[in-house]
Amino acid sequence: MSHARAAQVSPPIARILFAIALSIPLMVIDQRSHYLRDIRSILSTVIYPIQYVASVPQKVGTGVGEFFTSRQVYQLENERLRRKVLKLKAAQQKHNALLAENTRLRALFKAAAKVADKALIAELIEVNLEPFTQKLLVDKGSRDGVFVGQAVIDANGIMGQITGISPSTSTITLLTDPGHAIPVQVQRNGLRTVLFGTGATNELSLPHLTATSDIINGDVLVTSGMAGRFPAGYPVARVESITSDANESFLEIVALPVARLNHSKEVLLIWPGSEVVVPVKRAEKK
Amino acid sequence: MARLRGCGSGETGREEMIGLGQQRKDRCRVVIATSFLLALILDVVPLPHWAEPFRPEWVSLVLIYWCMAMPQTVNVGYGWLMGLIVDLMQGSLLGQNALAKSVIAFLAVAFHLRVRMFPLWQQSIFVAILVLIGQAITIWVKGLTGGLYPTWVQWMPGLSSMVLWPWLFVVLRDVRRLSRAK
Repeated sequence: MSHARAAQVSPPIARILFAIALSIPLMVIDQRSHYLRDIRSILSTVIYPIQYVASVPQKVGTGVGEFFTSRQVYQLENERLRRKVLKLKAAQQKHNALLAENTRLRALFKAAAKVADKALIAELIEVNLEPFTQKLLVDKGSRDGVFVGQAVIDANGIMGQITGISPSTSTITLLTDPGHAIPVQVQRNGLRTVLFGTGATNELSLPHLTATSDIINGDVLVTSGMAGRFPAGYPVARVESITSDANESFLEIVALPVARLNHSKEVLLIWPGSEVVVPVKRAEKK
Repeated sequence: MARLRGCGSGETGREEMIGLGQQRKDRCRVVIATSFLLALILDVVPLPHWAEPFRPEWVSLVLIYWCMAMPQTVNVGYGWLMGLIVDLMQGSLLGQNALAKSVIAFLAVAFHLRVRMFPLWQQSIFVAILVLIGQAITIWVKGLTGGLYPTWVQWMPGLSSMVLWPWLFVVLRDVRRLSRAK
């Protein structure tokens, strides 16, 4: 008996070599290809109960808070929201008119008209994901038609994109993740460039603009629709500071995301509308 | 005395009644699985923003404990599996934590006879070193795959794990003894 024990307890060198030999190809495959995406999606379903249990304390906390909110507070909020809806409805009327006009003008030029984007509200699941990266977990998954690469926004602007899905949850990589890049253009003059995440919670960088570029503090950056991943025209960030170093050929530009990345409890998943060519005659009849 | 040594470790050696031995083994498995499950939950429970970098590496701590207490049962295999589950939960590169946790398990098993003799505070330092080695591996992988944001805060889990170790050790030891003593 003691012989067997002594033999078994010696350092498991064979096992560690086996584990290393298994892990490294796994990481390479996961990084370089999409073969593991489905397997990950299936296994994530098994993990979901753990994540659910982990998010319960937060949910209970919020629930208790809501229970003790007084009637008066709700009435005030209701009143405020009612007024807001009225304002938004007024703005919507103008928007609709402009949209119709835009479609008509596009038809005259025989250009493709955009159909409005579809959106779905998803709620955050409050769990910790990979430390020191910028990711979120939400409660909508492939069952709701979510797909990898889908754009995610909040009320103010683009938040990021879906990078992982399972049947009932999906992972969002935020704009600020060090591995994230998004094609944008300056709203003021249409200057196109690419906006990168830095890893800091509220900072983005524009590394590819030269000292002669027409960009100033406070410029709003919107999605350009290049690469076809993000729908065009959504606000992304605002230029915060521009540093010009005579020794560097590129400007050092810091931009802040306009979406409230760390405060949103609910996010919107966007299905970009498909482009359709509006026939000229029908548009003229209107 | 042997009865007090708790599930596994002493391995009374005289398992005259095989049925009883099996029962004990099952109970051990349940205790181990439950402790790992709790560690996994604690690993993803949301913390206030300021406390986030100080989150101890719960799974690594529980893994090190079982590797030192029952190296025949819990070693590299458990480490790899738990690491893979952590990878799935965190959405990180598959195999990143699996590699780190298997190395941690290997080192814990390799040194378990020596470290068992240490006083708790010295054990804590050993545990901190193992956790830091695990972090170094995940940070290297992140650096290679381009997902790295370098801050010194990234090494904080080693410190918080070190502080937590004595309490966790005492709790897990008592649980193990209770599960055996019945």
